[in-house]
Amino acid sequence: MKRLAVSSALAPALLSALLLAVLVGVWHLATLPSGGAAAPLTPEQLEYLELMGKAPGDGGGARSGFPTPAEMGRTIVQHLSQPFYDNGPNDKGIGLQLLYSLGRVGLGYLIAACVAIPLGFVIGMSPLVYRALDPFIQVLKPISPLAWMPLALYTIKDSSVSGIFVIFICSVWPMLINTAFGVSTVRRDWLNVARTLEVKPLRRAFEVILPAAAPTILTGMRISMGIAWLVIVAAEMLVGGTGIGYFVWNEWNNLSLTNVIFAILVIGVVGMLLDLMFARLQKAVSYVE
Amino acid sequence: MSRYFDPYDADRPLVMRCSCGRHRTPEEHTAEQAASALKRRAAEMDFQQYASDYIEATVVKALFPRDAVRRRFLRAVGKSAAMGAIASVVPITSLQAMAQERGPLEKKDLKVGFIPITCATPLIMAHPLGFYAKEGLNVEVVKTAGWALIRDKMLNKEYDATHFLSPMPLAMSLGAGSNAVPMRVATIQNTNGQAITLHVKHKERRDPKDWKGFKFAVPFEYSMHNFLLRYYLAEAGLDPDRDVQIRVVPPPEMVANLRAGNIDGYLGPDPFNQRAVYEEVGFIHVLSRDLWNGHPCCAFGTSAEFIQQHPNSFAALFRAVLTSAAMAREARNRELIAKVIAPQAYLNQPEVVLRQVLTGRFADGLGNIRNVPDRADFDPIPWQSMAVWMLTQMKRWGYLKGDVDYRQLAERVFLLTDAKKHMKELDQKVPDGAYPKFRIMGREFDPTQPEAYLQGFAIRRS
Repeated sequence: MKRLAVSSALAPALLSALLLAVLVGVWHLATLPSGGAAAPLTPEQLEYLELMGKAPGDGGGARSGFPTPAEMGRTIVQHLSQPFYDNGPNDKGIGLQLLYSLGRVGLGYLIAACVAIPLGFVIGMSPLVYRALDPFIQVLKPISPLAWMPLALYTIKDSSVSGIFVIFICSVWPMLINTAFGVSTVRRDWLNVARTLEVKPLRRAFEVILPAAAPTILTGMRISMGIAWLVIVAAEMLVGGTGIGYFVWNEWNNLSLTNVIFAILVIGVVGMLLDLMFARLQKAVSYVE
Repeated sequence: MSRYFDPYDADRPLVMRCSCGRHRTPEEHTAEQAASALKRRAAEMDFQQYASDYIEATVVKALFPRDAVRRRFLRAVGKSAAMGAIASVVPITSLQAMAQERGPLEKKDLKVGFIPITCATPLIMAHPLGFYAKEGLNVEVVKTAGWALIRDKMLNKEYDATHFLSPMPLAMSLGAGSNAVPMRVATIQNTNGQAITLHVKHKERRDPKDWKGFKFAVPFEYSMHNFLLRYYLAEAGLDPDRDVQIRVVPPPEMVANLRAGNIDGYLGPDPFNQRAVYEEVGFIHVLSRDLWNGHPCCAFGTSAEFIQQHPNSFAALFRAVLTSAAMAREARNRELIAKVIAPQAYLNQPEVVLRQVLTGRFADGLGNIRNVPDRADFDPIPWQSMAVWMLTQMKRWGYLKGDVDYRQLAERVFLLTDAKKHMKELDQKVPDGAYPKFRIMGREFDPTQPEAYLQGFAIRRS
């Protein structure tokens, strides 16, 4: 019985590892350099090859442009071995860049939460306000983060604040809508009980509605965090300076696919960790009826 | 032997990858060695002299805009008499003293923006070589994601000074493409240094007359790239607005788009022309120096307000960039400069690509090695006649509407009209002559007759 439980936990992991191995294998085969036989070359031809970055000592063979798994591994080791170096404003370690991005996301997200959750409460409690604000929310919600950027830069006149503003404006809507929904669908019975017990409105909000709506609110917060993390990379690519998005842009400028792929992996892992964090929180506040 | 790790080398640390162990990559190591070699050379050079000569040359140029007149004058009266005569009308020595004067700096911590292209070389290398620090400035050179952002950050005052495309300050002062904020060009950063790069599939279609339907990219609307490309196409009888498509694309994306076949070519800044060759996706069709030898491209400038409020800081910045330009002009420094500006903090490019751009010995993508020492140069003097040319082209393609006071605008934006200003203050006759003429693709441009020049084009929007 026990063995079965272990194997059922192990089987997916094994399958995942196998898939990864196949993926890397295919990648390796697809990017194998096509080594041509070296014909004797004139000095002129040799210099030309060197100018093209293909001198015999330089790794040789035709570059496919796409990195091999081995190159990828070296890049990962190189970046992770020194994640926090700081060589001035244009050259910082990947860890520092991540901290900048997380800082911006955190700040923009916090402001969004401070606005969206109280406002969502009000909207959820009052059908009148809900109907009045609904058209605005519906129009503003689908606007892409990058569309806000020029407007923000022009009006706020500060690129880092603009970045935070864009995070704010994009992560506010899911929280707002979910909070409003959660609050408006709290079970009538509970509110009626609170009313018969003559619970004061503030106490009712904090002790009845908030716990009841908490799972929905957290779902909204989780969606918002996902969006915020999506937005920051785009915003930083546009505004530059610091952050993981800037790192991607800078390596794109260098046309270095290896580093871009590395950054993509890092963005994915950090996004997953953020999501995991909210999943835990969500579990903590959910209840069984 | 592995290039990346040397586990059995007792003299090298294992993870850090340079022989002395202080740098993360061998590139950084060579960059620092190159920088110290350049610093030694800089110490040998007399930059005070360079700055003085710069001002003197500019003043003489302002007095004798026609080179032929200057030469006749010098031959007629002799060198020393001419020097005396000019010194009596223009306070050259006091101007030189002013440029050298080290007044108290109003602002020491400065932010200077740049776009990672070789045009920014003087501005960038002044940083690792310590020229800013020598002037007592703490300058942060900040890599910026695009020209529109440079514009916005200058308007926002996030940057104190910046790397510009030389038509940008004109456009910004006029309010074309943004709200009007007066900007100034202190020096031209580089001359030449661009190229038309085409996709390798067009190897056989070298005649621009065959390019109908092509899609081209330029880095920004208000750029020499756009104006030169349009000029080149129009000279071949193509209407750049109707027969081809010209898009604004950031330089690194030019290479990627070329690879994807999304564009057929571009007139772009280096190193991205050479990079396309290096990536084996494009070839260099024609260098911009072959269209107009000595054309300006990027500039170093700031807002009029910054100069007004921080004259001494501005003068110090100006000296640092000028010193840098003097270093960059010398051919023997170019190889070292390529090493200094290659690392991640600056251009973040393979050194071999930068070396080809700066030394002018390069692979053209067609299997030939070409030798063009003036492929890129760094002549810093902001001739106002060049500004007038840019304005004629802006008007030609409909970026400017209505009447334009070419001269007035050129003199206001391209600095070192200071000379003229001081002459006016001293109640002296301000030279009224023409500006130097130059030839662009064989057609002579007379800056005194911008309207006539404009009317001489068969293909134009206004």
